[in-house]
Amino acid sequence: MTDLLQVKNIRKTFPGVVALDDISLSIAPGEIHTLLGENGAGKSTLMNVLTGLYRPDCGEICFDGEPVSFGSPRDSLAMGIGMVHQHFMLVPAHSVFENILLALDKIPNFYSRKQYQQKIQQVLDDFELDLDLDAPVWSLSIGAQQWIELIKLLIRDCRLLILDEPTAVLTPQESARLFRVLTRLRDQGKSILFISHKMREVMEISDRVTVLKKGRSLTTLARGSYDQGRLASLMIGEDQVPEWEKAPCQDERLALEIRNLSVRNDRGLSDLDNFTMKLQRGQVLGVAGIAGNGQKALAEVLTGLADASSGKILADDGQDITNSTARSSYIAGIAHIPEDRKSIGIAPDMTVDDNLIMKSFTSPAFRRGIFQDRAAIRNNAAEKIEQFAIKAGPTGNPVRYLSGGNIQKVIIARELSEQPSVLVALYPTRGLDIGSAEYVHKVIVDGAKQGMSTILISEDLDELLKLSDQIVVMFRGRLAGCVDPRSTTREEIGLLMSGEVQT
Amino acid sequence: MIEILLDATVRAGTPILFATLGAILNERAGIINLGIEGLMLIGALAGFAGTFASGSLLVGVLAAFFAALAAGCLHAFVTVQMRGNQIVSGLALTMFGIGITALFGRGMVGATIQGFERVAIPGLSQLPIVGNAFFNQDLLIYFSFLLVVAMAFFFYRTRWGLALRTAGENPAAADTCGVPVSLTRFLAVIIGSGIVGIGGAYLSLATTPMWIENMSAGRGWIAVALVIFASWSSYRALAGAYLFGGITAMQLRFQAMGTTVSAHILQMLPYFFTILVLVISTIRLQKGASQQPEGLGQPYDREDRK
Amino acid sequence: MKLVAEKRQTSSKLFRFSAPLISILVALFVAGFLLLAAGVSPLQAYLEIIKEALGSTYGLSETLVKTTPLIFASLGVSLAFRMQIWNIGAEGQIYMGACGATAVALFSGLENHVMMITAMFLAAFLCGGAWAGVAGILRARWRVNEVIVTLLMNYIAILAVDYLIYGPWKDPKGFNFPLTAQFSDAARLTEYFNTRLHSGFFLALVCALVLYLFMERTVWGYEIKVIGSNPKAAQYAGMRTGLAIFAVLFLSGAIAGIAGFSEVAGLQHRLQHGISPGYGYTAIIIAWLAKRSALGVVIVSFLMGVLLVGGDSLQLSWQLPVAFVYAFQGLILFFLLASEFFIQNRVRLVRGTSHD
Repeated sequence: MTDLLQVKNIRKTFPGVVALDDISLSIAPGEIHTLLGENGAGKSTLMNVLTGLYRPDCGEICFDGEPVSFGSPRDSLAMGIGMVHQHFMLVPAHSVFENILLALDKIPNFYSRKQYQQKIQQVLDDFELDLDLDAPVWSLSIGAQQWIELIKLLIRDCRLLILDEPTAVLTPQESARLFRVLTRLRDQGKSILFISHKMREVMEISDRVTVLKKGRSLTTLARGSYDQGRLASLMIGEDQVPEWEKAPCQDERLALEIRNLSVRNDRGLSDLDNFTMKLQRGQVLGVAGIAGNGQKALAEVLTGLADASSGKILADDGQDITNSTARSSYIAGIAHIPEDRKSIGIAPDMTVDDNLIMKSFTSPAFRRGIFQDRAAIRNNAAEKIEQFAIKAGPTGNPVRYLSGGNIQKVIIARELSEQPSVLVALYPTRGLDIGSAEYVHKVIVDGAKQGMSTILISEDLDELLKLSDQIVVMFRGRLAGCVDPRSTTREEIGLLMSGEVQT
Repeated sequence: MIEILLDATVRAGTPILFATLGAILNERAGIINLGIEGLMLIGALAGFAGTFASGSLLVGVLAAFFAALAAGCLHAFVTVQMRGNQIVSGLALTMFGIGITALFGRGMVGATIQGFERVAIPGLSQLPIVGNAFFNQDLLIYFSFLLVVAMAFFFYRTRWGLALRTAGENPAAADTCGVPVSLTRFLAVIIGSGIVGIGGAYLSLATTPMWIENMSAGRGWIAVALVIFASWSSYRALAGAYLFGGITAMQLRFQAMGTTVSAHILQMLPYFFTILVLVISTIRLQKGASQQPEGLGQPYDREDRK
Repeated sequence: MKLVAEKRQTSSKLFRFSAPLISILVALFVAGFLLLAAGVSPLQAYLEIIKEALGSTYGLSETLVKTTPLIFASLGVSLAFRMQIWNIGAEGQIYMGACGATAVALFSGLENHVMMITAMFLAAFLCGGAWAGVAGILRARWRVNEVIVTLLMNYIAILAVDYLIYGPWKDPKGFNFPLTAQFSDAARLTEYFNTRLHSGFFLALVCALVLYLFMERTVWGYEIKVIGSNPKAAQYAGMRTGLAIFAVLFLSGAIAGIAGFSEVAGLQHRLQHGISPGYGYTAIIIAWLAKRSALGVVIVSFLMGVLLVGGDSLQLSWQLPVAFVYAFQGLILFFLLASEFFIQNRVRLVRGTSHD
């Protein structure tokens, strides 16, 4: 039997980055083929090449034995290649019906609404999905939105379905349901390219696994010829996953307390709902949860980017700092590693020097009266660049020319320079290479030794289990539970994340 | 009295209505067009010159549509293909329009034509109060009614409309669904520009059948503001345009009645109210779910890394 | 064969600096065809522009006279640009600045030259600033689109000046012309070299220098640059972006307002209709062409001054409307925007498919 899809020696570069170096792989009809790789290994880029979003620099793609070249997503879609993106390609303001309708091929310009509603409803019924076709997509849960993405592909009869980390936004229970559907589709003869870095899922569902590392396809293994340990060592390239031992937090004094805090979003819904937690001095408090369950609102309200609609935030001395004038000075003492480092962490067009003083530019150390002290700013930068091993390029380089890991280091260097009492870190290692990620972990652990408390918000359970003194789980903006990482299991956390149980 | 005011309202509001509809078509596809003022002038001059040369009003209107469409190509090319700054490009279009119409309009100053005349719709025009204002008007006004309905139908009941709205909301999503984003945006900009041109032609073919340099006098900018008031809906654009038609009509009425208030102060009213309405609708917009196309003002480059 | 655009890793410095000049040249070329279509020989017209604007002491002085308000207005506009704020209302702010200065000149009764000029300057500064400040408050408080507000306020400002000169401020001895009375000598700026060149020009140069130091050397300039580069990051770093938006728009309008002061005190010596023939709009182009540089503003203002003086003479000798200069300016902007694409992308011709 010929392969449905063959990829030969694909290469793709972006300014300053080799995203794909040399990738080859093949996918047979009726198989679930998993792409395994760390963040930054090139999985998403490869997918975007396959769906025609990116143009490869060189290499060959064959579909059904024929060499093909995709000028746009339209071309690959016409061939029958469809993809569920990690960042959903849905229009939030449009209804479910409109979103699915758009995916349909060859509908007449003046379409009959009723006829297509029926057609879509049939597919929904077939997969036992209960969705209101007229509801705007923004009003639906992330899980439901993902189903819409999948329906969009199924209704077009795509032959190759590409799913980019579909389970990142799902509870374990929802994931199980997704896997049942995927298996059924495979048995019907569809090919599925599944992207993940969660080892257990990969073991569960794959027929074959291709391991990517640093933009290269290392090897392809069939089911039975690998186990979790072998895949992990291939993926990471080291046999031993390094473990950090964090000394348990002894200090009983409070650093911060949140009582019954709620935050409303633009649409009047509660992002954070009656949330309560305590943070001790020197403690690393892990926050687990599926993305979009209020973690961002929690970070924003603590760092002054969002206002609380009710509830209280108390400082270490018990002072109420929810909305008082003391708030701004308190916030100044909170370090924040934002989720989206490029969009809120840096001023991209400004130099590394300027970015490093963004939070302390008014400090007397960096100015003489109303004038800036350029020499002091330069010295500060030189010091930080050395201390945090930042690859900053030539002096005066705009920060946007730096790699993701180095941008993260610039942010961390800046945030920690004022000896903060509390660090709020959102997904601090997302998209970083192993070396940089370990560096971030080290900074958190070292900070804790000196009494800095950290709220570590992460989707990586390994990271949370490794670093946290305590893990709180969030679900729909509420506190779903609180567990001790030394005595809990992944399954227990998973159940809490799904909102099915509460402690 | 009310009948006369209402009639003047519709006549004063129509050019703004066309301009607003054209601007909505641009913005629904995700492109801000601040060149409306210039496009109106180009439409006004082309419409007048076309009618003057051919003696046919239809030729004039078509000339206005295509001249503004051609000028819109500049904006479309710069913003869609070159991914240039939409605000600056729009301003450039306005300046270009003001300048080029001044240059080529020299020969038209003082010329006269037979403008649009009223055509009463039997039956409907006899209705009390509204009959005269809405159904005893010229053909362009009837066309504007049609356009309002057609545009709403286009946006919400056709595949092209859906594709266009998606290109404006989330171009990446449109792209992955196989919508040709650049082409869609390009067409929306140039056809929208053409419609704005008809609004300009209304000034030189119906309001005052002659060519005056800079005769749009800021109406294009009022239209830009009305797009926000209309929350990108053609029906609300109708309401907004007539609101401003009403203010203009009243202002003119006051002047005609020989009020002691300075004409200069009265002439400020439409601009003043536009700002007021803009402020109110902006605040209102932030309270409810935003109607603004999410991709508005953002150039789309497929290979941008997120 | 097809054209393929690729992102450049770093933009070519040479190209970045030469792009505005190339845009002007290409715009001159294309505008030539427009002139041809209007029955004017472009070569002759361009030669005349250069001869009129630069060919004599008088021409040069007139060019500098026109350069003066352009520098002020463009500095104002470019200050707002630095923070990604669009002040399209420099025209109205010039009118308002002129109003403020005129009010002081006519009604303050000051006789001391220095005091009078200082008071006029401050009045113009405050009036221009307040006029733009309205848009600043609306933008900072409710995120109302400042482009539309500043623009519509131009129309209101011009009508307000009309109201004053046709009404309460009309010179009773002026034969019913819509003009205010002439200013006293105390309210006039010094003129030089027996030309109309006045001290406003030197004030403009000083203003450019001050603004350069403000942006590049002070803490506030730093804050504005951070907000301009990434407002979310600025807010996250604890900067008060709302206040900064208001302050920058106020300052932007205030600087444009000085242009109004300099026009009435240095040139017109009275308030009348059309004190600015669109300097505020030309300023937008200058600010965009000059990008971030105050020196750039001075240079480009001078080039536009040449164009305006030349345009005036074309109006006399060829009956070309003054507004034609706008068409030309619009073209420059279009070409500049297009050239920016080539600064950021490398365009290649590729054979066959996109793989090679």
